[in-house]
Amino acid sequence: MTAVFWVLAPLAAASGVMVFRFASMARVTISLLVSFLASGGLLIGLGLAYLGTVVILMMVMEMVIMAVFMMAYMMNPAGLVAMSMVHNRRGSLAISAATFALLAAGIFATRWPHRAGAPPRDPTFRLGAALMGPQMLTMVTLGFTLLATMVGAVVLATHRGRYDRFGDDLKRRAPSDPARGGVGR
Amino acid sequence: MTVGVVWFNAMEVLTWAGLWLAGWGPNAVLSLVGGYRFVAQGLAYELPLMFALISAAAGAQSLSVAGIAAAQRGHLWFAAWMPAAFAVYLASVYAFSFFGPFGYPAGRDLAGGVLAELSGPDRLVFQAGRWLLLTAGAGMAVPLFLGGGAGPGLPAWAWSAVKTLAVLLALVWARRRLPVIRADRYAEVAWVVLMPLAILQALAVALVVLTTGGTP
Amino acid sequence: MLQLFLLLAAGLFATGLYGALSQQPIVMIMMGLELMLNGVTVAAGAFWHYLAPASAAGQVIVVVVLVAMAVEMAIGFAVLTAIYRARGVDMADAASELKR
Repeated sequence: MTAVFWVLAPLAAASGVMVFRFASMARVTISLLVSFLASGGLLIGLGLAYLGTVVILMMVMEMVIMAVFMMAYMMNPAGLVAMSMVHNRRGSLAISAATFALLAAGIFATRWPHRAGAPPRDPTFRLGAALMGPQMLTMVTLGFTLLATMVGAVVLATHRGRYDRFGDDLKRRAPSDPARGGVGR
Repeated sequence: MTVGVVWFNAMEVLTWAGLWLAGWGPNAVLSLVGGYRFVAQGLAYELPLMFALISAAAGAQSLSVAGIAAAQRGHLWFAAWMPAAFAVYLASVYAFSFFGPFGYPAGRDLAGGVLAELSGPDRLVFQAGRWLLLTAGAGMAVPLFLGGGAGPGLPAWAWSAVKTLAVLLALVWARRRLPVIRADRYAEVAWVVLMPLAILQALAVALVVLTTGGTP
Repeated sequence: MLQLFLLLAAGLFATGLYGALSQQPIVMIMMGLELMLNGVTVAAGAFWHYLAPASAAGQVIVVVVLVAMAVEMAIGFAVLTAIYRARGVDMADAASELKR
């Protein structure tokens, strides 16, 4: 456990810092991905095998999608232009350093309680049983949040409504979209 | 591994990052287009694949690959009573190794797409990786859907090898007979048809497990 | 050992905070937010392991943080697309006024 920590934790921290130091967009995204992979590895080392693997799975997908968006909106080919577009750099550094100092002081000053119980034989099953039982409210809330997110993201991102797709009287059989192909066409 | 199925999924998703980087690396337009084609394809196949894997795991009530293979001993193979999940899985094997009908990212209309700028040892490693992905996908189909090493006569490892070879042969044979499909044709089908199908399949499996208390 | 994990989590959180506060491009702000949530994930996992492994509450917190990450990315990119369509820029500073 200690060995795993001392390998992965500096990797996570260093690649997290490098996210804001690299000039090329692809390197920034891959640096963030490495930080997430190290966190996933730390979770697996802590005994949360399922959650660590899910973190790795989700974060690879999210970082690739983020890379696509970075390329689309921040055209900085091959990192030729220095990509340091910041505002209020000193103030942000001061605030984040103060936050870290405060948190570190709290971490070392708190008298942490002792461990309450031992880890179950199958933490994944315990998680599933909890989410379907006592934590059902959390599950329902997460479900609704994700549904609202999906609807909200589509509404925000699209600039065409159903009248653009189906005509002014909504009578068109096949919707007129800029992309070809699809179901029923 | 107690969460082998999820680990398989995570490792297969690494292909997304790898192939996009392989397209971005050479700093050339055709390979970049190939890399982006793979990302579009990835978004289309990933969720149906996840639900197919969930169907197999739910049918065996276990996330470990050995557990899923063991649950099929003495019972019907999963390929028999979850055919939709098996079909979706095989299509996803084609998709994540960008082979056969989903070879769009390395397509001939892009002068090889992701392969366009590669030559020499890089190209060899890349093509070897692509075949390895296909073989790994075929190999994973055996414990997930085809009963693992079960079979009369030969020991378990021999049956696994035979079944993997059979699936691989079927995939390679079908490659010459299926046309390469363009992303805009299958993306909507994947989201609107395949994903509800995979979800319904997972629901059916869950209902069967709940009513019979195990595999049929 | 718990304190080392929490120190790492605090470090990731502070780095993410610096990024979220100082960066102009909206995508980089989102990267800062993702780093902050990364720190929270590590902290929640450490709390589960070192303080209360028998209960599932620590794991549920990790699940909630993962969902929060997904939600933040989805809505963030949708907002970025909407701002780009309306203003033609992707900088937070350029989107700070309501009136064009």
